[in-house]
Amino acid sequence: MESEKCTGATTTLIQLQSAEGQKAGGVLDVPLHSTPKQLTELLNHLLENEEPLPYAFFLRPSRTEINTSLEDALSTSSQTRETVAQIEYTPQSLFRVRPLTRCTASLPGHKEAVLVATFSPDATLIATGSGDTTVRLWSSHGQMPEATLEGHRDWVLALAFSPDAAKLASASKDGSVRVWDMTTKTGKALSSHRKWVTDLCWQPFHLDERCTLLVSSSKDSTLRIWNTANSTCAKLLAGHTAAVTTVVWSGEGVIYSASQDRTIKVWDPTTGLPTRSINAHGHWVNSMTLSTDYILKCGAFPALDEELGYAPKKMTMQEARQRYDDAKRKSTGGKERMVSGSDDFTLMLWEDIWRKEGNTKPITRMTGHQQLVNCVAFSPNGMYIASASFDKSVRLWDGTTGRFCYTFRGHVGAVYRLVWSADGRLLMSASKDSTCKVWDMRTRKLKMDLPGHSDEVYTVDWSTDGRRAVSAGKDKMVKIWHH
Amino acid sequence: MAQGEYIELHRKRYGVRMDTHERQRKRNAREARRRAAQARNLTGIKAKLFNKQRFKEKAAMKKAINQHFENDKQSSRPRDDSVQDGALPAYLLDREQQARSKVLSNTLKQKRKEKGGKWDVPLPKVRAIAEDEMFKVIKTGKRQKKQWKRMVTKVTYVGEAFTRKAPKYERFIRPMGLRFKKAHVTHPELKTTFCLGIIGVKKNPSSAMFTQLGVITRGTIIEVNVSELGLVTNSGKVVWGKYAQVTNNPENDGCINAVLCV
Repeated sequence: MESEKCTGATTTLIQLQSAEGQKAGGVLDVPLHSTPKQLTELLNHLLENEEPLPYAFFLRPSRTEINTSLEDALSTSSQTRETVAQIEYTPQSLFRVRPLTRCTASLPGHKEAVLVATFSPDATLIATGSGDTTVRLWSSHGQMPEATLEGHRDWVLALAFSPDAAKLASASKDGSVRVWDMTTKTGKALSSHRKWVTDLCWQPFHLDERCTLLVSSSKDSTLRIWNTANSTCAKLLAGHTAAVTTVVWSGEGVIYSASQDRTIKVWDPTTGLPTRSINAHGHWVNSMTLSTDYILKCGAFPALDEELGYAPKKMTMQEARQRYDDAKRKSTGGKERMVSGSDDFTLMLWEDIWRKEGNTKPITRMTGHQQLVNCVAFSPNGMYIASASFDKSVRLWDGTTGRFCYTFRGHVGAVYRLVWSADGRLLMSASKDSTCKVWDMRTRKLKMDLPGHSDEVYTVDWSTDGRRAVSAGKDKMVKIWHH
Repeated sequence: MAQGEYIELHRKRYGVRMDTHERQRKRNAREARRRAAQARNLTGIKAKLFNKQRFKEKAAMKKAINQHFENDKQSSRPRDDSVQDGALPAYLLDREQQARSKVLSNTLKQKRKEKGGKWDVPLPKVRAIAEDEMFKVIKTGKRQKKQWKRMVTKVTYVGEAFTRKAPKYERFIRPMGLRFKKAHVTHPELKTTFCLGIIGVKKNPSSAMFTQLGVITRGTIIEVNVSELGLVTNSGKVVWGKYAQVTNNPENDGCINAVLCV
């Protein structure tokens, strides 16, 4: 990175710093045509990393990503070249998830549309819930059926693996919730909601090692916290005035719930009382995710650990807590962000709303969609937010500022579901038009089109180790995708 | 006070006879016999009116009985096995399903596979139409003795870009009044009808020449524009054109009715 050869007009002054504001080296004079690759090399040298790590670079105030060269980014952000350009670097995942290219297994078995599919946190099992009232388990490696769990009386609408992968919770349209033991494959029924259950969420692993508590949200406008150890309802969270659409148990020990009454409520799970109610959206709130979503999804299994590599070994609670704090600090500087998508065609980005004295105003209101937003997803490193809408597009937003980045067009039907790859470089979307599509974040292009379903795709999930993805839908098939 | 209400007033004032209810019951019991005798004996216009009235009453009665029967069936159905078809994920449950009927369901494709025949059309046999029924001879020339010109007497589809030839060379005239651009196409499985634009005439079973001329008669296979129905192929592309068979006689009805071939 010596700049003796360059003349004054082709270089610029930069200052590299991390997301927390830690400066790396002094002010440097670098050529304008430096690519992100060259900047990475320079940064690795400055930070004295033994092994070169990948980084992504952003211009500081505007958060313009440096994609091609420094010059392009400076011109798009319309910054003057006289001042020192502040460049923020964020570490990228060392691991690269290989893009999905083919369908390795089409698993028939369900007699009705498959409504929900999910990987277990250790990525060994796939669970699917269907309109034929059964939950089926498939082995992820062997791609064979493992078990059929019968017991529900109506469509299975929601599934959630406990963070230690020992239990599976399922909920159905008649309002009942069941918890299945994954070793014996037997289930216990919990008493039920009065209307159908929309979402399930377990308590994060770093808050409780034994994974006993589970929260369910329902159409009957209540949430219930279940104690799965003795199959009782521990708390009834009432306060919403319309159906609750999503529930998230945050790593900070509170519960967020989004509802069709246009509010997002924050609950204290110990008392069962709402601590805050935020009324900002103009219509139903459909979806909600946290910047720490991926870490919570991994549960006790650090599938893609930066240091250890692929490690299916179970963590302890302390390790999990450590990992959670680390991830939070790295991605968002220690603050928990939350994004919500609504029927009013907008998204809102929130920061630390679990704090009682925190801000009740969103960081930004993200507009641009022309139809309702059905699903939002934070990338695992918290860098991006993706949103899926019924206007057939997937939009990409900056994870820190909420600034609009890009629109992925290509689907010819409403986009139902989104899932990020573990490294945050790829995004998979499932649509009404019977296809799944994989989008590349670096090139901002369609990486791979995955046709094969013969009807609407209702659900999609990417395993936490990034090796395979599962999609399923109205054609009753469960498809496993592989690189 | 209306004239007829003196009876009620009297009843209010003085009550009714002791045996009123008994008399009423007997009268009602005799009513059927009285009606039967009336039905047997009436003649002429009186009989006609009576029978018409009786027919109406019976129809209403039947309807009511069927309705009760349906209600009983529904209420007596056990609740446990009432798992509905058409399962939907939680995020679609509260949504209006107005676009639902527009989507080609997967089951249709499967059914088509099972049946095997590729051209399993709704009307397998149609009446052949002879040329002299199809065409009217037009006499031309100064002495009206040339007879090479024909006018099509049936409904036709003429493409957008068509321009008529000079009269000297135009052998077939397709009258403007019988040209059609739209067809009412029924989706056989969804039982819904859409007014769709015609793209072309695929086959007129009577003759290849009619196909070329774009003549639409009963049994003709036409291609219609289904892009607005939102049908999607397996690979996720929008289906644009689909074939449909004409089920009516458009030249008689003034509209084209067709059934989509799925």
